[in-house]
Amino acid sequence: MTAPLDVSGASAQVPPEPTLSGADRAVQGRSLTRIAWMRLRRDKIALAGGITVLLLILMAIFATPIINLFGQDPLEFNQDAIDPNTLLPLGAYGGMGAEHLLGVEPVNGRDIFSRIVAGAGISLLIGFLATIVSVLIGTVMGVVAGYFGGWVDQIIGRIMDVFLAFPLLVFAIALVGVMPNEGFGLEGNGLRIAMLIFIIGFFSWPSIGRIVRGQTLSLREREFVDAARSLGARNGYILFREILPNLMAPILVYATLLIPANILFEAALSFLGVGINPPTPTWGGMLSEAVRFYTLPHFVIFPGLAIFITVLAFNLFGDGLRDAFDPRAH
Amino acid sequence: MLTYIIRRFIGAIAMLIVISMVTFGIFFVVPQWAGSTPESLASRYVGRAATEETVALVAERLGFNDPVIVQYGRFLKGIFLGAEYDYGAGVEHCPAPCLGYSFISGQPVWPDLIDRMPVTFSLAIGAAILWVVAGVSVGVISALRRGSFFDRLSMGTALAGVSLPIFFTGMVSLVVFSYGLGWTPPGGSWTDFTENPAQWAYNLLLPWITLAFLFAATYARLTRAGMLDTMGEDYIRTARAKGLRERDVVVKHGLRAALTPILTLFGIDFGLLIGGAILTETTYTLPGLGQFAILAIRNQDLPQVMGVVLFAASFVVVASLIVDLLYAWVDPRVRLS
Repeated sequence: MTAPLDVSGASAQVPPEPTLSGADRAVQGRSLTRIAWMRLRRDKIALAGGITVLLLILMAIFATPIINLFGQDPLEFNQDAIDPNTLLPLGAYGGMGAEHLLGVEPVNGRDIFSRIVAGAGISLLIGFLATIVSVLIGTVMGVVAGYFGGWVDQIIGRIMDVFLAFPLLVFAIALVGVMPNEGFGLEGNGLRIAMLIFIIGFFSWPSIGRIVRGQTLSLREREFVDAARSLGARNGYILFREILPNLMAPILVYATLLIPANILFEAALSFLGVGINPPTPTWGGMLSEAVRFYTLPHFVIFPGLAIFITVLAFNLFGDGLRDAFDPRAH
Repeated sequence: MLTYIIRRFIGAIAMLIVISMVTFGIFFVVPQWAGSTPESLASRYVGRAATEETVALVAERLGFNDPVIVQYGRFLKGIFLGAEYDYGAGVEHCPAPCLGYSFISGQPVWPDLIDRMPVTFSLAIGAAILWVVAGVSVGVISALRRGSFFDRLSMGTALAGVSLPIFFTGMVSLVVFSYGLGWTPPGGSWTDFTENPAQWAYNLLLPWITLAFLFAATYARLTRAGMLDTMGEDYIRTARAKGLRERDVVVKHGLRAALTPILTLFGIDFGLLIGGAILTETTYTLPGLGQFAILAIRNQDLPQVMGVVLFAASFVVVASLIVDLLYAWVDPRVRLS
């Protein structure tokens, strides 16, 4: 070989064309969603979280059949399981046994297992719906701020700052406290739940708003948006058809991480006695009743564990989802 | 630099004004949905035994019939200049930071808030020191030893930590350490620092640790993520290349950059906390601002509720302002822009 050919000799080291076809197939036709799904399937911890979430949702949906299966009504008083003198549960470990799986509450003897199963529905319902409220507000505010920029962005940015500076818990408690008992065609706990969803959702949108704003800022400068604009697309079309679909992944990820925060928020409000009214069982409400019975660890531990497992499962799944969608994670 | 500081100050004041307007507006409008009238508000002051005429008179004199703007103006004036309250029986003067009078006790709201400050502040400051030290150091070590046993263990613990509500960990800690082992005092123990510093610290030990655990978990996760980002930057490689000691590279170059977002978060968290650590104070029955807020809300004592919300909000605003000013010092980019 002559010297000039040495250059091409280096490229001859590269395997010939036909052998590339195998790798070629692996590269094409993988959308971000598919890549994310493949990564998620390998992430065993995230999957365990996801499966737990699924089981919890099933438990919430089929709460009534499950409770009927074990035959203990969550609202029924079981005076026969209570020592009439001390008002504490009879038997070891707070009355745990075949009849009452997780024991009974002191004083009125309500079945703890049934109350935990019944409480899942309210926690998840408020957690999900409040998240939808904050995602809706956060997405609209974030997209508008990021896309239009300028003074619109300034104003929305300041609004987010005000929300972050608010002592939200005090404010939410105060608001629930002065709310009427009926209104908007609802009354009692129906209104309570609606109000909690609205208040929790309304106060937690800035976190998602910031993410969406940041993503919109970078999407706005991309070529496909320029292309759409040069083809004469209006702002509305660009926002809904070009930008919003690209925001779905981050919105989904942060919504998944917002659900556990909202579940904790609801539990905190119920714990402070401004959430759902008793006797309807909620996990936070059960914990607040348990405050007076420090000698009965089972009364504290089961509702606490229920909150912990639910929130942890959502967090694990959400973390996994974020890693799967985040190209920097790998 | 100076314009930056002035702009931040103006921003903070504007924020306080907006927050006070929103708070006043909401606590003016929402009780009306719930059916409260100027007369029902006035009757909270004069008692149920008073005749209708007296109630109407007091409502008129306290200005409950005025439009919301006028009432808000009077409220603001009270904060800056003080206010005169005319209940009919006599005129009471409420000195300068006047947040109104409590419906229940008939006492001005401001001194009550000041009385409860030390409890909440003690709780917040101790916990803050613990969580920043623990959270940041765990986060740094985890980032430097990514994938190690320590990293996985501490990140697992941190994830569990952010998933645990404080009212649960607090109760479990009381059951175990106070009522079970008897190592720590029972809930509701509080001694003023000036009375007995050792007793003060001993009483607050359990609340500090529980509260710090919750925050340390978040801070460890954030520090780790931030450190992983910054340690991959080019200037870290440059710093190593010019032969700096690894400790200086990590602390002076890596950590300093990774800490800026954490500083912002700390401003907000600490500000929110000294405005009332409601859940912690309720769990440990500590007589701080959080407990004050809860009692005010249970009693539907509007002046107290409004006072504590504004008081708490101003702490967040002030804390954020301090953080913004610190930024200018820590991050040269802020100074130059």
